[in-house]
Amino acid sequence: MAQVEETLKRIEASKGVIGTILVNAEGIPIRTTLDNSTTVQYAELLCQLSMLARTTVRDIDPQNDLTFLRIRSKKHEIMVALENNYLLIVIQNPCE
Amino acid sequence: QEIKVNQRRRQYCSLFQVNTERFESDSCGINHVEGGWPKDINPLDMEQTIRFRKKAEKDESYLNSIPQLGSVAEHCGRQNNAVDIYQEPFDGWEEVEESPEPPSAKTINIFRDPNEVKRTVTGLSWHPDGGRKLAAAYSCLDFQKASRDMSLDSYIWDVENPNRPELTLKPASPLVCLDYNPKDPHTLVGGSYNGQIVYWDTRRGSQPVELSSVEHSHRDPVYKIIWLQSKTGTDAFSASTDGQVLWWDVRRLSEPTERLVLDPTREGNLDRALGAISLEFEATMPTKFMVGTEQGLVVSCNRKAKTPTEKIVCTYDGHHGPVYALQRNPFFPKNFLTVGDWTARIWSEDIKESSIMCTKYQMSYLTDACWSPVRPSVFFTLKMDGMLDVWDILFKQSDPTLSLKVCDRALYSLRVQDNGRLVACGSQQGETTLLEICSELSTLQKNEKSLLAAVSDTDTVNLDFNQLHPK
Repeated sequence: MAQVEETLKRIEASKGVIGTILVNAEGIPIRTTLDNSTTVQYAELLCQLSMLARTTVRDIDPQNDLTFLRIRSKKHEIMVALENNYLLIVIQNPCE
Repeated sequence: QEIKVNQRRRQYCSLFQVNTERFESDSCGINHVEGGWPKDINPLDMEQTIRFRKKAEKDESYLNSIPQLGSVAEHCGRQNNAVDIYQEPFDGWEEVEESPEPPSAKTINIFRDPNEVKRTVTGLSWHPDGGRKLAAAYSCLDFQKASRDMSLDSYIWDVENPNRPELTLKPASPLVCLDYNPKDPHTLVGGSYNGQIVYWDTRRGSQPVELSSVEHSHRDPVYKIIWLQSKTGTDAFSASTDGQVLWWDVRRLSEPTERLVLDPTREGNLDRALGAISLEFEATMPTKFMVGTEQGLVVSCNRKAKTPTEKIVCTYDGHHGPVYALQRNPFFPKNFLTVGDWTARIWSEDIKESSIMCTKYQMSYLTDACWSPVRPSVFFTLKMDGMLDVWDILFKQSDPTLSLKVCDRALYSLRVQDNGRLVACGSQQGETTLLEICSELSTLQKNEKSLLAAVSDTDTVNLDFNQLHPK
């Protein structure tokens, strides 16, 4: 439990990180550093996108699975890590 | 058992008729706004949601997945911070020319001494305003070789017209050196073979406006004369092999304003004085100057010293023969260039024991040298075999970067114009050749100043060119 806390806290405090959202298999945001409406929006959209990406990968090679998704936009980068149907969404502003 | 399908259309009728209730069905997608909350929890109820979340955090699969998720996300986050993988590579870099051409220079014009008996071009000075005119001093420095019918004249040439000089300067004795006044381009000052200082105003014609009196002039040819940076713009100083450095105000040339005897024992004894053959003055350091002597020593002096003995600050053991040229680097004034014997040397003011760089012994005697006004690592040298060498010490130290055969005779004087591209060299046969140097050698390169500073900014006695190649 403490390790989990520590890991999440570390990511949340990382350089350039704007927000972190942890979503469970049902699409419910368990943990977030952003406000509710933003969290809900991100969770919903990224769940759908992740599922689509996942099916894409698995359609091409059923043995394969999606591990990470990175969306680079003009303003920042959205990173989605997938494990056991849990999603860890990190929005980062990489500074140079 | 095969069932034959009858293709013919036939009215079907059922055995029974039943009426069912209408069931309307419609196809549509379900929009999960809040995620799939379990039925019993109201998503709007904060308390319930918090409780659910807390419970979810204790779930085993959650606890197992997080570390994995965390490490992956963290890794990518760190990657983003380390390098911007989406940036445009080499953005902002200038287009570098593919395989630059080898350095070159081309002759633009040759100005020949119009007289029958040719004299050596012993001094050159560029017009301060754009370099459209070049003044050349002609004299014969070979002892007693000057014939009686040798002309005494020196000329000012228009760079575009090699056929005829623009103005003739008529001194009483041939000029050995001359200098345009940087503050007033109409006026020039010259030092003659008999030791006199001569002052011209080009608006007033060929005859000198004023001459220094013979009694108070030098007793030997004046080898170098340079204008000083004074408020009035009328001060100059001269050096001669008679062992003196004299200061003059051109408004009153009857007597020098100041006098320094180059006696290394600092006693002002003319018998022990060293003969001066070159002079150095940098306007950014107006109180200091340096003198190159016939004996091979370079003497550093301070004009504003309180006592006469302190005027001679120190000496540098320069060359095995007369120091024909002496100049500070325009970008790094602590370093100066000297030529004499068969080498060119670069010195650091602070290091008195030896030069910090010395070229190989050349095949023939070096007669003049000067730094490029635009590139701190480039300098030019002239040799008695008629060669002009261009050295780029950041590129190559062992040999000149460019060697040109300007003429068959010895070359004696050299002046680079302020733009760094035009070089004038004067020969023993009275020919002044004007060359244009390629743009590579006359354009400041990227990082040149900092590279040269790195190379010379060491405590070692020699320029450390290893600094250019990091390990």
